[in-house]
Amino acid sequence: MHEVVRSGPQAAAKPILPVSAERLFVRRKGRVLLDIEALTIGGRGTTVLVGPNGAGKSLLLNVLAGLRAPDSGRVLWNGEPPNRQRYCRFGMVLQRPVLLRRSVRANVEFALRAVGSSAEQARAQAHRALEAAGLLALANASARVLSGGEMQRLALTRALAAGPDLLFLDEPTSSLDPASMQTIEAMVRNASEDGMRIVLIAHDLAQARRLGDEIIFMHRGKIVEHAPTDRFFGAPATPEAQAFIAGKILI
Amino acid sequence: MQDFAASFFEAFRLVLGLDPGLIEIVLLSLKVSMTAVFIATIIGLPLGAFLAVTRFPGRGIVIVTVTALMGLPPVVVGLVVYMLLSNAGALGPLQLLYTPTAMIIAQTVLVVPIIAALARQTLEDLNGEYRDQLMLFGLGSLARLRTLLWEGRYSLMTALLAGFGRAVAEVGAVIIVGGNINHVTRVMTTAIALETSKGNLALALGLGLILVIIAFAVNALVFLLRAAAERSAYA
Amino acid sequence: MFTSLRCLAVTLTTILFPVATVAAGEFIVLQSTTSTQNSGLYEHLLPGFEKKTGIQVRVVAVGTGQAIKNAGNCDGDLLLVHAKAAEEAFVAEGGGKQRRDVMYNDFVLVGPSADPAEIGGSAQIGDALQRIAHSRAAFASRGDDSGTHKKELALWNGIGVDPQAHSGSWYRETGSGMGATLNVAVGMDAYVLTDRATWISFGNQADHRILVEGDPALFNQYGVVTIDPAHCPNVKEAAAERFVEWLLGPEGQAAIAGFRLDGQQLFHPNAKNGGS
Repeated sequence: MHEVVRSGPQAAAKPILPVSAERLFVRRKGRVLLDIEALTIGGRGTTVLVGPNGAGKSLLLNVLAGLRAPDSGRVLWNGEPPNRQRYCRFGMVLQRPVLLRRSVRANVEFALRAVGSSAEQARAQAHRALEAAGLLALANASARVLSGGEMQRLALTRALAAGPDLLFLDEPTSSLDPASMQTIEAMVRNASEDGMRIVLIAHDLAQARRLGDEIIFMHRGKIVEHAPTDRFFGAPATPEAQAFIAGKILI
Repeated sequence: MQDFAASFFEAFRLVLGLDPGLIEIVLLSLKVSMTAVFIATIIGLPLGAFLAVTRFPGRGIVIVTVTALMGLPPVVVGLVVYMLLSNAGALGPLQLLYTPTAMIIAQTVLVVPIIAALARQTLEDLNGEYRDQLMLFGLGSLARLRTLLWEGRYSLMTALLAGFGRAVAEVGAVIIVGGNINHVTRVMTTAIALETSKGNLALALGLGLILVIIAFAVNALVFLLRAAAERSAYA
Repeated sequence: MFTSLRCLAVTLTTILFPVATVAAGEFIVLQSTTSTQNSGLYEHLLPGFEKKTGIQVRVVAVGTGQAIKNAGNCDGDLLLVHAKAAEEAFVAEGGGKQRRDVMYNDFVLVGPSADPAEIGGSAQIGDALQRIAHSRAAFASRGDDSGTHKKELALWNGIGVDPQAHSGSWYRETGSGMGATLNVAVGMDAYVLTDRATWISFGNQADHRILVEGDPALFNQYGVVTIDPAHCPNVKEAAAERFVEWLLGPEGQAAIAGFRLDGQQLFHPNAKNGGS
């Protein structure tokens, strides 16, 4: 279904993986928001970040994406500090995706042009990406009048269109109806099968099971467990993870 | 009340008769104020954009100052520009006093703070919403700013219209630096002031009506252009 | 954004404004009092001169005080005002080169028909002002250092009354031009001193009328002052002098005498031949 298109200048860009974090620490108003000793994202597959609200999942993703600087510690993309202009084969869909005040097609083309595609390439790539995502009928509609599900789909399509090596997704299906959720999950699964490295935040544990090859469980800014999906759900090692899977409130 | 009826009559008479004197005055008003807004945009938009996306010590003071300057009294601006452009002033050798250029300069000074302050607010709000996404696109700071300007174009257009409204309606500055010279620097507002001082209240009000109609026409034109642009963007 | 805005502005500018400013040919800037402009004298006077010489006369009409200041800043090539003492002082101080009489008319005291101070028909302006001060009837003053204002203060001074001591009560200083002050006087039923030309051409007379006129003390002399090139090197001396010669010569003087409004002559030429 979804075909990862790797052509144009971005094809020659430097590989971003592995992405690693060392002794990340973020504190706001005396509260520790993030405290990560070490984390490396490499290889293949999909990693799902789970944990209660306020555990630091979004913050970790933002720091790894280079959008927020940690108070201390460092993030490395393939051994270098994050630099989105040098490592363009990276995509991310924010928790609340920001769509430009343009048409659906222009949103995708803009992202492709930003990573160096020519206008012609961008048009062709955008067309294929929209087709794959089932958004072709809406190509000329204003992006700002789409439904919630269509917006998420467009944001994901836009991130996928450039064919990134690494894709971050911050709760891509929150507040979507079941049909929209299925469409998004299918797109994620296809991308993963095509070899894209994916890190995804999920609130829905069933979704984590469906999509995740491995699970990172976070609590109070720390990574408490980092395990293959089966092991995490089958035999959680820590009392916090056990309580979380059992649906008990963690504070 | 009689005056109101008479002023409508005057306005119609002037418009329907295509009074050449009136047309000259209207065109000069538009030329001076549009040029002033154009120049003020070139200065105010980058200034507003700079204040919107950068952080530096004293930024708050600069923002408060620029915003406060939206209330600059036109007469004060007129006096300052007069003192600069006067033959006794620093820029006297340029021989610009009592020319449309002098009026453009004064109105530009009045309009720059409006455009800068409104653009700053618009772009700062937009930047809050867009910053992360534009970083993710891998855009450098200039490209991000360009995108913000484009995304905020309709709000920014309103800022320009606010500036135009201020410019075309003010009389205090242009009457001092322009001198209200017939056929040279007489614009709608100074003509209104002159007719008022002559006691021709109906004619003055009639000219006022025409000024309002012009302001309406300019705003309607921009509105239509915007609608057309949106239609063609999503056609 | 920038591109399209610029395109828009440039397009509009080229569509709307092929008419540049009237910059063709020579021009002089005449710093003038408002009464001469408001009455319409210049529209009557200037075309004849401009046609004959090709020199455009650009009139900046402000109060006499401001006109002299502007000329002192070298922002005019010529001065036509009506405050002889101030004009002569301007020449004495080195700003003006030469002052010459052009024409005269007279001041009139205007007030509401009801005439609360009962001054109607007074032959003497001093007597009328005395009654206004006594009855504390509202009086609108220019208060702007203009020629008319100077004249009015001199008249009060002549009867030993200091009206500015009553500023804010019955004595109202508008700080505005003649027309604006007349609008105020009409609006608050106040007496007001004005030059006859402005009054006759004034369109908002309402219930006001002339109550005192004809006193020799109300004589209003207009003078023209050339600017000293030693003080203002940029002054267009030759063109200005040409206008003065025309204005004081038979053609200009006849044109002044020929300017009528509602059948009345507003200004009376009285240039001394050859200048004074």
